[in-house]
Amino acid sequence: MLADSQRISWPLARLRTLRDYARIYARILGFLRPHWKIAIGSVLCLILATTLSLVVPELIAEVVNIGISSGNAGQLVLISAAVLVASILRGLAAYGQGYLSQAVSVVVAYDLRNVMYAQLQRLSFSYHDENETGQLMSRMTVDIEAVRNAFPYGFLRVIIAVLTFGSIAVILAVLDLPLALIILLSVPVLMLLSVQVVRRLRPLWDSAQQETGSLSTILQESLSGRRVVLSFVREAYEIQKFQSKNAEVRNLKIATQRLAAWNQPLMVLALNLVTVLVLWVGGTAVVDHQLSLPTLVAVVQYALLLGTPVRTFGFMINWLMRARSSGERIFQVLDTAPAIQDAPDAIALPEIEGHVRFEDVGFSYGAGPQILEDINIDAQPGQVIALLGATGSGKSTILSLLPRFYDVTQGQITVDGHDIRQLKQASLRQHIGFVLQDVFLFNATIRENIAFGAPKATEEQIVAAAKIARLHDFILSLPDGYGTWVGERGVTLSGGQKQRVAIARTILMDPRILVLDDATSSVDMETEYLIQEALEAVMRGRTTFVVASRLRTIKRADQILILEHGRIIERGTHESLRAAGGTYAHLYDLQLREQEEYEAQSKQLQGKRPIPLLNETTSRWKESAR
Amino acid sequence: MKSHSYAEYRRSRRWLENSLASDDEDISGGFDWRLVGRFRSYLGRYPLVSLASVVLMVVYTGLNIATPLLIGVAFDDFIAHGDLRGLVFAIGGLIVLNVAMWQAQYWQVWSMSWVGEQVLYLLSCDMFEHLQRLSLSFYDRTQIGRVMSRLQSDVDVLESMLSSGLLSMLSSLLALGGIIVVMLVLNVRLALLAFLVLPLMVIIAAFWQKHAHYSFRVTRAAISLVNATLQENISGMRVIQSMVREDQNRADFDDLNAYNRDTNLVASRIAALILPLVEVVAALAIVATIFAGAVLISHRSLTVGVLVAFILYINRFFDPIRDLSQQYTQLQRSGVAAERIFNILDMPVEIQDRPDAKVLPPIRGEVEFRDVTFGYKADMPIFRGLSFVIPAGKTVALVGHTGAGKSTIAGLLTRFYDVQQGAVLVDGYDVREVTQASLRSQIGMVLQDPFLFTGTIRENICYGRLDASDEEVETAARVIGVHDLIMQLAKGYETTIRERGRNLSVGQRQLIAFARALLADPRILILDEATANIDTVTEVLVQQGLQRLLHGRTALVIAHRLSTIKNADQITVLQRGQIIEQGNHEELLAQNGTYAQLYAHGFGKAGGAEA
Repeated sequence: MLADSQRISWPLARLRTLRDYARIYARILGFLRPHWKIAIGSVLCLILATTLSLVVPELIAEVVNIGISSGNAGQLVLISAAVLVASILRGLAAYGQGYLSQAVSVVVAYDLRNVMYAQLQRLSFSYHDENETGQLMSRMTVDIEAVRNAFPYGFLRVIIAVLTFGSIAVILAVLDLPLALIILLSVPVLMLLSVQVVRRLRPLWDSAQQETGSLSTILQESLSGRRVVLSFVREAYEIQKFQSKNAEVRNLKIATQRLAAWNQPLMVLALNLVTVLVLWVGGTAVVDHQLSLPTLVAVVQYALLLGTPVRTFGFMINWLMRARSSGERIFQVLDTAPAIQDAPDAIALPEIEGHVRFEDVGFSYGAGPQILEDINIDAQPGQVIALLGATGSGKSTILSLLPRFYDVTQGQITVDGHDIRQLKQASLRQHIGFVLQDVFLFNATIRENIAFGAPKATEEQIVAAAKIARLHDFILSLPDGYGTWVGERGVTLSGGQKQRVAIARTILMDPRILVLDDATSSVDMETEYLIQEALEAVMRGRTTFVVASRLRTIKRADQILILEHGRIIERGTHESLRAAGGTYAHLYDLQLREQEEYEAQSKQLQGKRPIPLLNETTSRWKESAR
Repeated sequence: MKSHSYAEYRRSRRWLENSLASDDEDISGGFDWRLVGRFRSYLGRYPLVSLASVVLMVVYTGLNIATPLLIGVAFDDFIAHGDLRGLVFAIGGLIVLNVAMWQAQYWQVWSMSWVGEQVLYLLSCDMFEHLQRLSLSFYDRTQIGRVMSRLQSDVDVLESMLSSGLLSMLSSLLALGGIIVVMLVLNVRLALLAFLVLPLMVIIAAFWQKHAHYSFRVTRAAISLVNATLQENISGMRVIQSMVREDQNRADFDDLNAYNRDTNLVASRIAALILPLVEVVAALAIVATIFAGAVLISHRSLTVGVLVAFILYINRFFDPIRDLSQQYTQLQRSGVAAERIFNILDMPVEIQDRPDAKVLPPIRGEVEFRDVTFGYKADMPIFRGLSFVIPAGKTVALVGHTGAGKSTIAGLLTRFYDVQQGAVLVDGYDVREVTQASLRSQIGMVLQDPFLFTGTIRENICYGRLDASDEEVETAARVIGVHDLIMQLAKGYETTIRERGRNLSVGQRQLIAFARALLADPRILILDEATANIDTVTEVLVQQGLQRLLHGRTALVIAHRLSTIKNADQITVLQRGQIIEQGNHEELLAQNGTYAQLYAHGFGKAGGAEA
């Protein structure tokens, strides 16, 4: 029974692998479709160049032979002209081949990069949660490189090798069929060898490309976490981590090269042994007068010529296998359906009121534990909803459901009565300003960073947004004003300044709904005040969801929701919750009351001597700019 | 030239301003041939294998030439004479020859690619090690994507060169030498005439090389920009999606991607140009030979047969030159990649241990800034003669405006940056006179952005002390108050943290960072806005843990949380890089100075606005 099923599945499995290869290569080759002219041109040039390289020398020798033998000195010029023309033709073909074969790979790499980039943009947060930047980068660099190189070094060589092999085989068959058949005996042997090496190369390249991605992640993390590495004195540890992964990649690559180094000469050996066999059989036949010596000489010489395409076979198998592994990694990304997609009949909302409802919302990441349960919120337009709860209680999750970064697993969220799953994502998000916890600024000018969500914003609008975010004076004090560069991840700005840039860019989007995630806390006292002011201005008239830790914000909220383990355990206003004497009241006593006392205390102090904080910072910057 | 335009366009938008330095993407200047020497030092680490590879290649080439010769012998001496016994010998010889050839080539290719991979491994490890030595100031102005591009993409370019390029070049040279000898034997005068075109070849190559080198540099710089942009976009994908910026960023990326494509097309065109040039030179050599040959034939000092044979040899003479021209292109590309790699290796390390640096003994934790002058740019000092002392075991809170220099003090204490004048002392030791490792291992730092590594929670907590036991990890977590939170997770301490900890809330990350710092057990602790991301509810939990963490340690706290500031032994108010007030909370309020005003301003005025 068992043996039977194995016997059946074995060829089936083989067939499936074959189909698998065919599918990946067909898809890789499919990228040639828009560039078919270049592709065909490169193949034609390749054939032309190869043919000319074989024919031209003979042709020249022939022309010289005839020309000079005729003894006519005047023909020398003609001969020279012929030589020049032939050489130039050959040169042009070589140029075309050299250029076009590279050009094909360059344009395919360009397309692949664009397609991949667009796909990464389409993929939802959940995908980016799962996949490290380093791995994705590796796919966008190393793997694209491997696929693109398969064109000049793999596919084109296959064509030329097959053509050369085929034409020599035809010549051999014409010369002497029995001897040709003996030589063609080598074909199944070569194929068998290829299958063997392919089967062993495939897992090697699969792991090599995978590990290259891991190496890339290690590299990326250890460079972006430089401060942590430095302060814990973990350089040696990081180096060791990198080295061991690097050694792993090296060993895998050495293994692939060793296999290629073993295989290629072996294929040549197989061919040469067959040639020797021909020499033996043919030689005997010549001695027995069944074959003419010149024929045998010609057959052997053509057989030796077969060495070139066979050598190429060995070389290009490596490239093709590498491209297969890389192609698979690329297609994995391209074939991942975004977890969140616009419904086919999704509508766009040009204007909204800002009425947000969470109706019996439940959520879990994949099959993971339930993060949110029975969440019901009714936020009227313009209301401020404050969320409170311990870390991990689900506050941030609630906020990320609203712009549909993740889809609810139960219930629904509506905006102005529309289920957000029935809206176009772009149209939904345009109405939601999201100030994230860690502010990510792009390597660009402050102006570009503020205009990030509204690239068409005018200078006046940008300045106005910066003013509302209490950023304008600070920006003007910078050496280049709005043109000042914000370095990698915005390192040249302090936490508070980054936060205000994030607020300014949200203001510029002019959303009806505002989502603030702990946005006010990572700033010092002075900036806190500035940001509070900025936020006050922004929140006015907008439906706002805020994870709050400031009493001020909490007291101002129309609804306060207390979360615990993914459920709303208390809701109400500051007064009603305090009166209820539950968790909020307890929290208030522990934490917030202190803030209130502090506030009261500071009110007494306030007004004695106003300090021009803004001017102070400004003058300091102006000074340093000088 | 089109290939230049984007760089200029970018420069005009000051794109290169803060990145891996504009000079670093410099695409002018000639090829530095000293690079070759530096490479030799890497290859030189495997002298025997390299030598074996070269010897094997010569052996293989010899055997390869011997094969047709032996076949010729088989034809002329045995088959033509009906000598079957002899034919058997010849065939036996051929089989032995081919098997030997097979083995020679296998070992040769393998040994060479082995050496190549080793060299690449050493190079990338050296680069990484050097990057680990470079000071923070390098990272302040460097885009990580660009560094990564050098470590990966440029190293990749070297790969094919090292694994096969060098040897095929050598083999082409060998073939060239062989053919030159044969031609000289055949006819000295004609041979010399044919060689006359070689200088022409060299001139063309030199001229071509200048363009090619420039063009290859442009392509390497372009791919580096592409990679850096990609990297930034992938890291910032959440912002892009939440601000509905996809279309704009796709267009921007396409712009850059197209620029990269076009520079590569230009480079391919230049690279391919060498091929027709070689053909033309070859044709000239043949034409010259034809004319000279005709003259010689008319003088009866040459036969037509020899001339024709000779012309065929000229063609064969140009075969290795054709190969060489291709390999030369490869060499140029690799040279550019090597330049970029050595550029990183040559990046000066600004902060180094002095040769006589001592190991800092276990400290009590007294910190002194003595007359410190410092600025990130020397001509823009932040501190001018800053002096203060933190007694061992005390907690000092730093208060002041953004940009007053609070974080800078932390950076100087850990010697991320060196002071320009004055000194930073720990227990009386100048931080510049002790080893960085011994200094930093006694100073812990918790930053506002709690950077966690991919790995389990346990591994992350252990980061400060790799040999910590499971109990110690748990104890640290308990002290901080994060143990229960961790246990709530499905896999507890074995929960895998995704890149930068994005599967945890910022509060959870911050607490894990506290536990990590606690486990490292430093004598001096710096908290740089470390409690900023902790929400109100969690803060109740953290306060206790924080007090335990600070207990008995010298602590420098940069914070705006009232609770943290109030509990400090001493509050230092900084303004424009100078200490303007010092004392505890009550004292400073009583003084009614800047602190009191900051305090009042913080909530007071905001409270007023509400009313």
